[in-house]
Amino acid sequence: MGDSMGTDTGRKIRVLVAKPGLDGHDRGAKVVARALRDAGMEVIYTGLRQTPEQIVAAAIQEDVDVIAMSILSGAHNVLFPKVMDLLREKGVDDILVVGGGIIPDEDIPALKECGIADIFTPGTSTSETVKFIEENVKRRS
Amino acid sequence: MGRTEVVSRALSGDIRAVSRLISLIEDCVPGFEGLYSEIYPFTGKAHVIGITGPPGSGKSTLVDKMAAVCRERGKTVGIVAVDPTSPFTGGALLGDRLRMQRHALDDGVFIRSMGTRGQLGGISRATSGAVDVLDAAGYDYVIIETVGVGQSEVEIASIADTVVLVQVPGLGDDIQVIKAGVMEIGDLFAVNKKDRPGVERVVAEIRIALELSSVASRGGGGTSRIAGSAGHHGVSALGAAGSEREETVDEEAARPCWHPPILQTLAETGEGVGELFDACDEHMRYLAGTGELDDRRYRRARSETMQIASGRIWRGLTDDRGAFAAAEELAWKVARREIDPYSAGNELYEMIVK
Amino acid sequence: MMWNIKQGYVSLAMQRLRRLVHVYVGGIVELNQSNLKGELDRWKSTTYGKTCARFPERREKFEGTSGIEVQPVYTPLDTEGIDYLEDLGFPGEYPYTRGVQPTMYRGRLWTMRQYAGFATAEESNERYRYLLEQGQTGLSVAFDLPTQIGYDSDHELALGEVGKVGVAIDSLADMEILFNEIPLDKVSTSMTINAPAAVLLAMYIAVAEKQGVSPEKLNGTIQNDILKEYAARGTYIFPPKPSMRLITNTFEYCSANVPNWNTISISGYHIREAGATAVQELAFTLADGIAYVQAAIDAGLDVDEFAPRLSFFFAAHNDLFEEVAKFRAARRLWARIMKERFGAKKEKSMRLRFHTQTGGSTLTAQQPDNNIVRVALQALAAVLGGTQSLHTNSRDEALALPSQESVMIALRTQQIIAYESGVADTIDPLAGSYYVEALTTQIEEAAADYIRRIDEMGGAPMAIERGFIQSEIEESAYRYQMEIESGDRIVVGVNEFYIEEEPPKGLLKVDPAVADLQCKKLADVKASRNGEAVEKSLEALKAAAEGTDNLVPYILDAVREYATLGEICDTLRGVFGEYKPSGAY
Repeated sequence: MGDSMGTDTGRKIRVLVAKPGLDGHDRGAKVVARALRDAGMEVIYTGLRQTPEQIVAAAIQEDVDVIAMSILSGAHNVLFPKVMDLLREKGVDDILVVGGGIIPDEDIPALKECGIADIFTPGTSTSETVKFIEENVKRRS
Repeated sequence: MGRTEVVSRALSGDIRAVSRLISLIEDCVPGFEGLYSEIYPFTGKAHVIGITGPPGSGKSTLVDKMAAVCRERGKTVGIVAVDPTSPFTGGALLGDRLRMQRHALDDGVFIRSMGTRGQLGGISRATSGAVDVLDAAGYDYVIIETVGVGQSEVEIASIADTVVLVQVPGLGDDIQVIKAGVMEIGDLFAVNKKDRPGVERVVAEIRIALELSSVASRGGGGTSRIAGSAGHHGVSALGAAGSEREETVDEEAARPCWHPPILQTLAETGEGVGELFDACDEHMRYLAGTGELDDRRYRRARSETMQIASGRIWRGLTDDRGAFAAAEELAWKVARREIDPYSAGNELYEMIVK
Repeated sequence: MMWNIKQGYVSLAMQRLRRLVHVYVGGIVELNQSNLKGELDRWKSTTYGKTCARFPERREKFEGTSGIEVQPVYTPLDTEGIDYLEDLGFPGEYPYTRGVQPTMYRGRLWTMRQYAGFATAEESNERYRYLLEQGQTGLSVAFDLPTQIGYDSDHELALGEVGKVGVAIDSLADMEILFNEIPLDKVSTSMTINAPAAVLLAMYIAVAEKQGVSPEKLNGTIQNDILKEYAARGTYIFPPKPSMRLITNTFEYCSANVPNWNTISISGYHIREAGATAVQELAFTLADGIAYVQAAIDAGLDVDEFAPRLSFFFAAHNDLFEEVAKFRAARRLWARIMKERFGAKKEKSMRLRFHTQTGGSTLTAQQPDNNIVRVALQALAAVLGGTQSLHTNSRDEALALPSQESVMIALRTQQIIAYESGVADTIDPLAGSYYVEALTTQIEEAAADYIRRIDEMGGAPMAIERGFIQSEIEESAYRYQMEIESGDRIVVGVNEFYIEEEPPKGLLKVDPAVADLQCKKLADVKASRNGEAVEKSLEALKAAAEGTDNLVPYILDAVREYATLGEICDTLRGVFGEYKPSGAY
């Protein structure tokens, strides 16, 4: 019974993978979710059409270390900052937030300004994303 | 949030604190036992419902709809959705929340996804911890959802007051319930996706299997658990040892009996979910009215205590370098057929106890 | 093979049988082939083998995207099971392997149809008129996401999305502006709209009425393919059953009233874009097609009444020969399914006509000009594969919405293929290539095997409900990504041959003010229409939805009264409910 007695305890990085907005292109989100899983993380996938409010509520209930969002429709300049505002409103400051999707370079500085830790654009390898998360999670206990 | 603050805020229902407390317990952070002892006195009030069934049976959708019914009735609900952790990477994809996200903004519904994290059976100790935190935080119901593979059905019965086994027509293995021998743990049966062809057959098969299991569990001498039988359900529901089953047999005659109802649901539209919920409530009234609830909770407490103790012993063993090295060496000897496993086990036991 | 006979694919079974027989007796009976086999073995062990031993090939195994192994060389041995008349035939004749029209591009070139639409109806209208002036021959309307999901521009979930990936349409008023000064009896219009397809079609009919154009003169396509929305694209509204009803309602309505309208475009494109292989794209698309045909037959329609108006939509990716083979296999397999499984009698019912779009997911954000070359190759594959219409992607689509200049290059690419390359001057020019014929057969058979598995699950809707199709697609997407990351698959400019580059400039941006403008227009419409008439029409629609009537006439009535898309969809949501995703995740 030994092996079933919780030898596999201790912190695991928990990541909420979310698709804010209405676009249904979740190929990237799902590939990233699997890659994070294969890197030993616990990945909670929220599915499509999530409002910023739903994403933040889920992140809190799931007590995640990371929120990873993907948008391909061009709504990032509205929805990413909204998520950051809501997190601040709730006093959450220990969640690393990253974004991905079709996001023009010129939009990135403003997104980082509002608190998104990094933006992964098309062509980014999943291992880069994994590494970034591992190196930048805020909570370690 | 300091740790003491986490506890006091969790007890008052603060969502962030509840969530953090579950993590602290799940991660077994140093000193988590202390936190546990602070909340434990406040547990025992929630009705804990376990939902299990084969993959693709629509459990998450059913739980989503049960949560909606709960809210309509002015009750609050905590949900713990358990998915398997990959044994190879230690990671997990937790996707049950996907079908429940519409409740995300409702403070009366708390949803937490968990990985099994290496627990063979599928239900981790942490699940039990999460259930207790939600219970202490004041949720009226706590629903545990887990995929029914291997041992997890039996384990869910060791945590839940009411176990709902979900079946579905058209999975091609309709009689798997019988084969797996888990009929005994079901307090209720939900045949989901009732609009599919073959639903009557699944209902009939469950009915027959219930009869058989009830006959089998009393050595062929008992009457059916179905239709006015005196069979007492719940005796073996805890997956307890045979000797325990014997202990309760005597009381049976005095108690009214529980006949596991078989309900048909269509989770997609919510059809039949209200009735399912009513049946859960009915089961709780039965448990409370007969004293069975105390029995169940005693057995849960017993199995938890034993588990924690043996877990400590095991960790003690693996933490002790000398003992661990000795264990490894003994294992090699067993593998080489130099000694048998019982002798090796005894030798190790002697060494540690001494 | 047993299954093929049972399912009615007699010809596919025969094709397999012939191949087996040839392989078995070919070497004994036919002396020439036997010589060839011997000679091939000799070549492999001597000339080829010795060189391989000294200079190993670039990789141990060569494979297409679908895992079909590519041989070093193909010979007549690889095509010996193929019976020319049975399996290829002539252009415009069953089984249409060589093309659906007798003259193909010698008669008329494919329709060059660039998918476009953004921001407001006014701006999109301007772009359509520009494209028509540039020699484009058909319109293809892209709608924004709120429109695709049946929300008005002022809905909470429309935040940040209005006018982003296409044009925002809230009511007939927007549709009138969208087609302003475009004569609807002269153009053919394709609309990428699925869950609320019946509503947008009704708006199109209503605009035509106002132009004095009667419905029977209308030409065009609505995508109307809900199954792939559940499986791959994500813009669904209602659960499967009422969605299928809306689809069969449009089949029925159009066959009586809008006879030249393509009532569905059964789409593999989005399945492919979500990560499927070429074989999966073909298999899942045809499985969806089978489900629609079955649903219409079950609803009491005659197969030859609606089947001629079915059309398909595929992707073209970079593996040129695999793509060409896929298109040829698609035509042959569909013809056989329609004839042998569904007993179609009309030739038109057996013809698989398709639109192609070059692969959006193959475009790279790095060195975006390279995308022009990718698009050219993919467009070539579509033309060699016999497409009826083609959209070529713009080089900057991995970065943003395409700019006007990029759209022009994409259109010019098609024109160069059409007018300069000479590939359009003979029909199905790759036929008879040992490689292409062998690959066509392999892809057809692999797709038929998938369809058999899906049939065993109870058809495409059940396979989707179980998450089978989704997880197959996800698996392929993940494998593809891992191949890139391991360097096993090279994407030029991404994991090889990269350079430091300046961020691109001149990307198209939709003005965020579009949303406010659209909401204001919506408010104006609501203020100026006859509220009572709107309410009455929506009540009638609700009652019809609760019953069994064809819903299209009720939708048309509501549209004419300027009921909004959101109001109409909400009415239907009230009766039908909303789809909740299920499956692998």
